[in-house]
Amino acid sequence: MVEFWTSARTLKYLSFLIVFAAWEFAGRVPVSPAFPTFLETMLALWGMIADGAMAKALPETLVPLVIGMAISGVLGVAIGVSMGLSRLAEWFGGPIFIVAQSAPLAALVPLLVLAYGIGLTSKVIVVCIMAMPVIVLNSANAVRHTPQSLKEMGQAFQGTRWQIIKQIILPAASPVIFSGLRLGASAGFIGAILAELYITPTGIGDLITYNQSIADYAAMYAAIFTIIVLAVAFLDILEKAEFILFRPDKRVVK
Amino acid sequence: MTALASTIADKSAQDAGPAVSVKGVSKMYPGGVQALNQMSLDFPKGQLTSLLGPSGCGKTTLLKIIAGLLDATSGEVLVNGKPVTGPGPDRAFVFQDFALMPWASVIRNVAFGLELRGVAKSEREAIAEKYIREVGLGGFELKFPHELSGGMRQRVGLARALAVDADVLLMDEPFSAVDEQTRRKFQEDMLRLVEVEQKTFIFVTHSIEEAVYVSDQIALLLARPSRVAEVIRPEINRNIAPDAIRRDPAYLDTVESIWAALRSYVE
Repeated sequence: MVEFWTSARTLKYLSFLIVFAAWEFAGRVPVSPAFPTFLETMLALWGMIADGAMAKALPETLVPLVIGMAISGVLGVAIGVSMGLSRLAEWFGGPIFIVAQSAPLAALVPLLVLAYGIGLTSKVIVVCIMAMPVIVLNSANAVRHTPQSLKEMGQAFQGTRWQIIKQIILPAASPVIFSGLRLGASAGFIGAILAELYITPTGIGDLITYNQSIADYAAMYAAIFTIIVLAVAFLDILEKAEFILFRPDKRVVK
Repeated sequence: MTALASTIADKSAQDAGPAVSVKGVSKMYPGGVQALNQMSLDFPKGQLTSLLGPSGCGKTTLLKIIAGLLDATSGEVLVNGKPVTGPGPDRAFVFQDFALMPWASVIRNVAFGLELRGVAKSEREAIAEKYIREVGLGGFELKFPHELSGGMRQRVGLARALAVDADVLLMDEPFSAVDEQTRRKFQEDMLRLVEVEQKTFIFVTHSIEEAVYVSDQIALLLARPSRVAEVIRPEINRNIAPDAIRRDPAYLDTVESIWAALRSYVE
C-alpha cells in the first residue's frame, strides 16, 4: 500500500490532480472574469472535439511542428555533436546558435514573412529557430564533457575514431543530448503556436485568437490546454525512447 | 598444431629479452613541465614490476606512454622488441577510476575490448564469462556498474583487460579507489593471477607495502628531476600462505629499506 502511494505514477497523477483542483478553485473565486474554471474548460474542450473543430485545427498546427521538430532534432544533434568533437566546428557554429537563442523572435517574424511568405516554410523556420539552438548547444556541451578516462579506455582497446564516437561518446552524452531535445521540443511547441499567432492564424493558434476575440475564454483555455497536453505526452515519449535506445541501466532502476 | 608449436617456440625465444623496454624516454608537457627525464627501465617477461613513487614522479605518465595513450617527447618504448607508436593488442590497460561504461552490463563491459575488435557476440560473451568467473564475479554478468561496489567494479575493469589476452597488463593504481579490506584481497588475487596468467604486469602504486607484497621487481621513481632511483627485487618466498607473507621478515625488511630510501626525499 505504501508502495502504491509513493510510486512515480501515483505521485505524477496526484500532482496533476492538485494543479487541476487549484485551477478549479481559482476559476471559482474568480481571479478574473477571463479565467474559466477547470470544469468549464474541459466542457468547452469536449465541445470542440465533438463539433470537429479540434480535428480540423490539430493537423494544421502539427504539420509545421512535426517538420520543424524533425529538422531541429536531426540537424541540431548532428551539428551539436560535430561542434563537441571539433574545435573548428565549434568556433564556426557556436556564435550563430548563441545569437539565435537570444534573438527576439517577434522582431524576426516580419523579416521571415518578407523572405518566405506566410505559408508553411515560415512557420517551420519559426519552430526551428525556437527549438534548434538549445538542442545544438546541449549536444555540443554533452559531447565535450565525455569522461576523459572513458575515451582513453576506447583508445587503449584500439577503438577506431568512429567506434569511440558511436559506442562511447554518444551513449555517454545521451542524457544531456536528450535533455536538450526535451527543452527544444517544449520551445518548438511554443514556436508553433507563436507562428500561428504572428504569421497567419491557423490551427490551435486560430482557436486561441478566435475564441479570445469572442470572449469565449473557456474555449480559448481549452485550446491552450490541448497544446500543453500534447507537449507533455511528446516529452514523455522522448524520455522513454532515450531509456530504451541508450540507457538500459536506467530502465532497470525504474 | 605446427602453428601452435611455432608460437610456443617464439615465446621461449623471446623469454630471453624483456617484455617491455623503456629507453631514454622524456616527456615535456606543454608549458614546459617536465614529467619524465631520460628514463630507462626494463620489464621482465612474465613478472610483475611495480612503479613506486610519490605523486608527481611521473609514474602514471610513464605507464600511459607504454600504453601508447601519450607520446614521448623523446626516447622510445619497445614491447616484445617492437617500438610503440600507439595503443596495441599486445597491451591492455586497467584504469584507476575503472572507466566502466555505466550504460553497459558487466558482461558487455568485460567483452568491450573484443567488441571493438569485431569479435562475434556469442564468442566474445563466452570469453567474457570465463574471465568474469576468474575474477570472482560469476552471477553478476547482467548487473550494471552502479549496482556493484567499488572493488567489484575494479574486478570488471581487470576482467576486461584480461579478456583481450594481451601480453602486457598495465595497471594504473588499480586498487587506490577501493577500501583497505578489498585492497588486501585484491593483492592476494594478484599473486595468483600473475602465476596463472603468465603475463607481464606493470603496476603503478604509491603504497610501499602493496608494491613489496605483489612485485617481482620494484622500480623506485623519484620526482624533480624524475628518475629511476633504484630497482629492487624483493626476495620473498611466495609459496607460503598469503597472510604469512605479510609477517615474513624478508617482506618487512624490504618495506623498511624502501621507506628508508624514500624518507630522505620526502623530508
